[in-house]
Amino acid sequence: MSTAAPLTVPRGPGAARRGRVQGALGLLRATGPVGIVSAIIIAVAILIAVFGTFIAPYDPNLPNLSLAWGSPSGGHLLGYDFQGRDVLSRLLVGARTALLGPLAVVAGSMAAGVLLAVTAAWRRGASDAVISSGLDILFAFPGILLAVLAAAVFGAGLTAAAIALAVAYMPYVARVLRGAALKERSQPYVAALEVQGASAVSICFRHLIPNMMPLIVAQATILFGYAMVDLAAISFLGLGVQPPEPNWGVMISENQVGLAQGYPLPALIACACIVVVVIAVNVLGERLFEQAQRAYR
Amino acid sequence: MNGPLLEVDGLTVLLDVEGARRAVLRDVSFTMRPGEAVGLVGESGSGKSMTARAIGRLLPRGAEVDGAIRFGGSDIGSLSGAALRRYRGQVAMIFQDPRAHINPVRRIGDFMTEALRTNLGVPADQARRRAADMLAQVGIEDGAQRLRQYPHQMSGGILQRIMIAAALLTEPRLLLADEPTTALDVTTQAEVMAILDGLRRDFGLAILFITHDLELAAAICDRTVVMYAGQIAEVRASSLLHEDPLHPYTAALAAARPDITQTAHRLRAIPGRPLSAFEAPSAECAFAPRCPHVRDICLQALPELAELDGGLSRCARAHELRGQLQEVPRA
Repeated sequence: MSTAAPLTVPRGPGAARRGRVQGALGLLRATGPVGIVSAIIIAVAILIAVFGTFIAPYDPNLPNLSLAWGSPSGGHLLGYDFQGRDVLSRLLVGARTALLGPLAVVAGSMAAGVLLAVTAAWRRGASDAVISSGLDILFAFPGILLAVLAAAVFGAGLTAAAIALAVAYMPYVARVLRGAALKERSQPYVAALEVQGASAVSICFRHLIPNMMPLIVAQATILFGYAMVDLAAISFLGLGVQPPEPNWGVMISENQVGLAQGYPLPALIACACIVVVVIAVNVLGERLFEQAQRAYR
Repeated sequence: MNGPLLEVDGLTVLLDVEGARRAVLRDVSFTMRPGEAVGLVGESGSGKSMTARAIGRLLPRGAEVDGAIRFGGSDIGSLSGAALRRYRGQVAMIFQDPRAHINPVRRIGDFMTEALRTNLGVPADQARRRAADMLAQVGIEDGAQRLRQYPHQMSGGILQRIMIAAALLTEPRLLLADEPTTALDVTTQAEVMAILDGLRRDFGLAILFITHDLELAAAICDRTVVMYAGQIAEVRASSLLHEDPLHPYTAALAAARPDITQTAHRLRAIPGRPLSAFEAPSAECAFAPRCPHVRDICLQALPELAELDGGLSRCARAHELRGQLQEVPRA
């Protein structure tokens, strides 16, 4: 990391905030046109998640069985689902839980993973051995299995599913970041800080973790995509968000019969939403990861 | 306080080197008074940096330490947690390569004021003012602006001054200077040395100055400790070291530096190669294979560090050789 200069250089004094914004924009620009398009898709998805309930044209939970599987028409751009509810409204409102779930998973697994990785790298020795072998054991549990377990313990719902996935993802995060933290830990400036009398906690939070940030952000975006797919799968299995609450995963689950009966649109459109957002997040994450690796050498 | 500030007493350090347990320091003992400047001189691998790292409690993991290091009378080997941080607040360290020892992605101001703000609870604006004042002390006038810059925007000389200023902000009583001028060009080197010497006088700071350059050490140090193969070869007042060395190694080291007043036909080198501490024999003089004055007595036992004319020498023939060491016979 000693050769890693800040990615952009502020032109003059007093450019702190502007420099940081430019730094973020510069990083985004470095991901190329594909990265920028991905970022725009993600931004639109987030806007829908926040304002979806306000822009939804109809009540997403109001059934009208006489219109079940109805085709798109003037006021209902994406038609009706198996209970005759407006698909577009359900998509817009369902975006919130579809995005919020992965966000919680990523936040939880990153926080725990970073903490474990830095603790292991800082203390080394026995602590490292205990943490690393504990993570190895966690690796053995598939996320879905943990989700079933969590649903049994906490009751089915988004919270249980998110906790289960956060636990399942944590080892992947911790494994990668432990390596980075070990490398950072051995930098001479860390020894210099130690001999200055800085405490371990202060060095870790003020220097070690901020210097690992590019890697942490890149990891988080990649995990977000995985979490979205896995949460949709858990909702599909009926262990996540509970119907009639709208959610993209739930929509696939409830409308799957339509696929065989010649009304594929409601299930497919929810699939498409998930696929587009996941691809956008993964592409952006991968591009950011490449940039971080380049800066990290 | 009248007692010594720092006492290193029989310091022996064992490290795992390539899987084997090896001594990198053997029975190193010396003391420093408050405000005293002591030079620690030796070739690469002689253990001088390892001594400083032991004093700063920065030895690599798994190091086995024997002997004691006392600071202000209390043993520092057993310190941990808050007590260790308090001790480290009294001991500052500066390094050969300032660029590697400053977090490259943080501003100079953050770097300099961090210890003040986090360890001593000084408010941020006051800490910045003190940092700028200290920069002026080390000859950086536009301190306020420097505080806003990043390490990569400065030259090595400026950065080393910043490191010195940062080290002194917490008002330490001992400065461990690990080859602070080796990576600098000669004029900058002279400036940095002058700054260190001035600060020692102004702040009553004790300095342990580590270098491979005997003359540089003599320039600012009261006493010089010469190390060879993890052992102390000689301790002597710096002013006497050059004219009247007590150990053949010191004499050879002094002679190896070319004289700028005349053209050398052939540069003098010490024959053989420097021994690492772990290669040094335990029952004979470690310098014997390269020493022009070697006799049987040198190979019979490890010479003791014996007192001689106010200095210490680990040479079995120090008495006999007195006065003959300035001119090394050509090999």
